[in-house]
Parts: sequence; C-alpha cells; structure tokens
Amino acid sequence: MERVSPGEAVSAGISLKIAVASGKGGTGKTLVSTNLFSTLLVAEHQGSLVDCDAEAPNDFLFFKGEAAGSFEVTQMVPVIDTDRCTYCGRCRDDCHYNAIFILPSVPMIRVMEELCHGCGACTVACQEGAITEKEVSLGRVSHLAVDAFHRLTEARMNEGVYSPVPVIKAAIREAGHTGITLLDAPPGTSCPFIQTVSRADYVVLVTEPTPFGLSDLRQSVETLKTIGKPCGVVVNRAGLGNREVYDYLTAEQIPLLMEIPFDRELAALYARGMVAASVDLSWREQFTQLLNNILTHYGNSHYQW
Amino acid sequence: MEIAIISGKGGTGKSSITAAFAALGRQVVLADCDVDAANLYLLFNPAHEEEQIYISGQKAVIDYAVCTSCGICIDYCRFDAITEKEGRVEILETSCDGCHLCARVCPEKAIAMVNSDQSRMVAGSFRFGKMVYGRLAPGEENSGKLVNMVREKASAMAAALTSPGQPPLILLDGPPGIGCPVISTITGVDHVVIVTEPSLSGLHDLQRAVAVALKMERKVSVIINKWDLHPALSNEIAAWCRHAGVAMAGQIPFSEVVVEAMVHQKSIPEWAPDHEVSTQLRSIFKWLISSCLLEMK
Repeated sequence: MERVSPGEAVSAGISLKIAVASGKGGTGKTLVSTNLFSTLLVAEHQGSLVDCDAEAPNDFLFFKGEAAGSFEVTQMVPVIDTDRCTYCGRCRDDCHYNAIFILPSVPMIRVMEELCHGCGACTVACQEGAITEKEVSLGRVSHLAVDAFHRLTEARMNEGVYSPVPVIKAAIREAGHTGITLLDAPPGTSCPFIQTVSRADYVVLVTEPTPFGLSDLRQSVETLKTIGKPCGVVVNRAGLGNREVYDYLTAEQIPLLMEIPFDRELAALYARGMVAASVDLSWREQFTQLLNNILTHYGNSHYQW
Repeated sequence: MEIAIISGKGGTGKSSITAAFAALGRQVVLADCDVDAANLYLLFNPAHEEEQIYISGQKAVIDYAVCTSCGICIDYCRFDAITEKEGRVEILETSCDGCHLCARVCPEKAIAMVNSDQSRMVAGSFRFGKMVYGRLAPGEENSGKLVNMVREKASAMAAALTSPGQPPLILLDGPPGIGCPVISTITGVDHVVIVTEPSLSGLHDLQRAVAVALKMERKVSVIINKWDLHPALSNEIAAWCRHAGVAMAGQIPFSEVVVEAMVHQKSIPEWAPDHEVSTQLRSIFKWLISSCLLEMK
C-alpha cells in the first residue's frame, strides 16, 4: 500500500471524516484535533474542524479567524390552546418524557419544556386541535473562517438543555465536507459519542497509559466494534502510568498511531491556547506523521486508496 | 451530608480527588455518577452485594412480516431514525429516541417498542465504606435517570450507616460536561466542588460549570489541580472565582504520584501519605467538611 499524503488525498477529490474521540475526558482529544487541523492549515489543502463537544466546546480558543456565520439550533415544543383543550389527558398519556402535566379537576395543563424532546407525539394525540408547536433554542452552531480553505465549526449547547445531540448533528451537517473534516468528539460512549463517530469514516481514540485510560479505551473500542468503525489509538502522556494499554492494543491488533510523551512544555503551550504544531517544527512533523498514519491505516482498512 | 465533585472539562483529576476524599472521610458512601465511564471501582475493587438492571429507555423494532413499507413512520419521526433502503424501511437504533410515535401511527401495527436493558447499577462495600456505581451500556441514553437511581441507592446506604456523633458523608463523583447527568448529580446536594486545571479550556469549562451550579442554587467551591503547570493562569482562575463570588477550596500541584497511585489501585493519601499532594488534599478536605457543617447549621 502506497502512502498517500493529505495533499494528494484532497487533490484526488477525496473527502474524509476523521473523528477524534476518547471514553475518558481530558485525555487530549482537543490537543490532537487542534494539532491535526494545524497540519492541514500548513499543508494548504482544504479541511475543517468541527467541535462536537457541545457541552464544553473549546476549539475556537486555539485559532484566530473571521466569524463566518452562525445559526440557532431549535426544537419544537407544544403550546396548548386552553380554549380548545378538554383536559382529556391523551397528550399526557402519549408523552414518554413526562413533559405534560394535567390536573383535570382545576382544570390545569402545563408543558415542562425542559423535559420535552420535541417528538410531536402530543400533537398527533390531540383530537381537539388544541396543540400547536413553537421553536425553542437548544444551542448554536458557529463558523470561524481561518482562511479561504479552512473553517472551524462549533456546536454549543445551551446550559440546562437535556441533550447535546441535536446541536452536534446540526454542526456536522453544516460543516464543510470537502477535503478532510476532523470531528472533535464529546467524551464518553453514550449517545453524543455515537452520533459523532457514526458520521465519521475513521476514528482516532486518544487515551493515556493508566488504569482509568485503559478501562475507558476498552469501552470505546467495544462500542466502535458494534457499529463497525475502523479505529487507531494515540497514547497521550506516554511515560506516565504502565504498559497495560500497549498490551491491550497488541492483543486487539489495534494500530498505535502516535505516542505523545508527557511534556511540561507541551502542557504549557496548550494551557495558553497555543497549538504546538503551529509554533514548533518538530511537533508539526510529528502530527503530520500522525495524519499520514491515519490515512495509511484507513486505506488499509478499506482498500480504496 | 452530600458533596458532589464535578469539573466541566474532563481529565482535570476529579475522580482521583474524589477517591482521596473517600479515603480521608469516615462513614463514607461513595457514588460514582459518571455512569458513562465509571472508574472508581478500579481503585477500590468493591465487593459486589447487589446488582440491578436499569431500563434506559425503549427502541422501536419493525416486524417485517407485517410491514408494508408504506413509509408513514418516516414522515412522523423527528429524530431522522427511520430511513428507506431499497424498498425496505429501517430503524437506526442509535438514533431512535424511544418516543413511541412511529409505533402509534403505523397503520399495520408493525412496530413494537423493546426495552433497552443492558445498563446496570452495582452496589457493595469497599475498604472505606459503601460504594455504588452505574454502568450505562454503550450508546444508551437517559444517563440522568441512572444517576438518580445511583443517588437513591447511596442515600439508602447512608441511612443504614448508624454511628453516633457524625453524619454519614455521601461523595458523588460526577460526569464531565454540563448536561443532564451533571444536573442530576448536583440537584439538592449540600455542596458542589468543581475541579479545574490552569488552561484556557479549563477556565472556560469551569465558568460553564459554575453557571449551572449557581443556577441550581448550590454552594460552590473550586479546586485548581496541577496549578503549577501554569501559575499565571492559576492566579487568573483564582481571581475570576473571587470576582464571581465562588470560594477557592485550594490548589494541588502536578505530581506523578497521582498516576502512580492509580496504577497501584490506591487513592493518593493511601499511596503517598506524606507527599505534598496528600497534605494539600487533607487540608482541602478538612476545610470542605467544616464549611459544609457550618452551612448546614
């Protein structure tokens, strides 16, 4: 298998989505995503980075650019016309989120908007035409143009909203889909993680060589197996902890894409919101190598390069 | 007394700090509310005494013997969970929200709702008291409700701990982020500790976590972990806390003993009792308990 550079990949008209994920929070997903994005910038080929960690989005802190539009992500919630409502309770019975509360004796009916998932079941259930729907905000998707060929997209959920998934889906849908799209995934292995990685072609799992890191890596790998996504692993803070993560990778035949040693200088750069690959040639080379490793392994796993 | 430890940003050291507090307390009930990635059992290896199935929700399943591929369900589904592939209607299990609407509108009654029952709540004893944790199966939802189940169990276990003079201490290790499971973790607790680290991301996520905790009208204090990795930013975070009227519980330096302790399946005060990190943790814990006792009076 010949190695394909990101430039060749893009000029060949290929678009590829790479999710950067981890079960455990704080292993370095954002560090890896922002540095990979920086190598795309330097390579001067089209690409974008989507911050899908809608509960705690941080990628915008690392890049300067021009605001390139934003939009509100909304869902529908019911509005009850109490002149028409007969307090029959059908809408409440069909609501699986317990978002409608009725006291027929008063009579009173309330919609608890923060519990509503916007499924529309109540509107269908109502026989009196007493339910209409209005839009409420769940969050916002914003774009930041770093230059003519590179764009950041951020999913940001409002505080107190039940799930980041609708905002994540909207952000991925609206991101640029030419060249290489990097998805900085939310932590965990539940719904927000699945909704992000299921839209990717390849998943990079970032872990650290500790018992917590290994336990969460295992869970992520098992989840990816069930949805059939190829993955590789970046071990961050290599040198701390023990060798168990490496033994696991060998046993599972999962490619080790890169090791990032624990380095106070790297931590300090990151803390200041600086991207190592943008300011340091040696880090730039290492992250370019990571991108090449990803493309090689992705090619091997799909035989399409 | 119920204390929740959360962080906004993941990987700030929340679980290691919670484990240390568990080792320092008396009459402890430790509840791992990070049901997406429960980890504390790795350190404390609790003896399992009870396991309960948690039904996280329901998923729609099509009976193809009955389905006529009319596609009405596709029009009604608001979660983009139903698609048509080569004349066959398919439900994407991971996108299904379990709202039941498709099953109701199907003219052939070809759709049934099936329980998602792979998640568990586990309770038992460990070397410092009682422990309970949740394990959400991959891709499942409603983690907030599993957190509630874990917390109810923790309260019941605490009530069963009877020893005079001191109230039992419930420690809740929260999930990262600010979403539903975090809100479930901090609802009604006596105190919320937010663990942050000196980075721009850490500060940004701290601000979001503080906003949520204050919205829930909880007492809040902040620990800056690994403060010496960027002393100037640590000062900035402390200044922001003062400005926001949030108490600083203390600062902990970066040290490899934190990872060493984890590798040896020990909490930090057990592994390195005389290390500076342990000394700091003890003084933070003492301050935390006395300020909680004061608030409760």
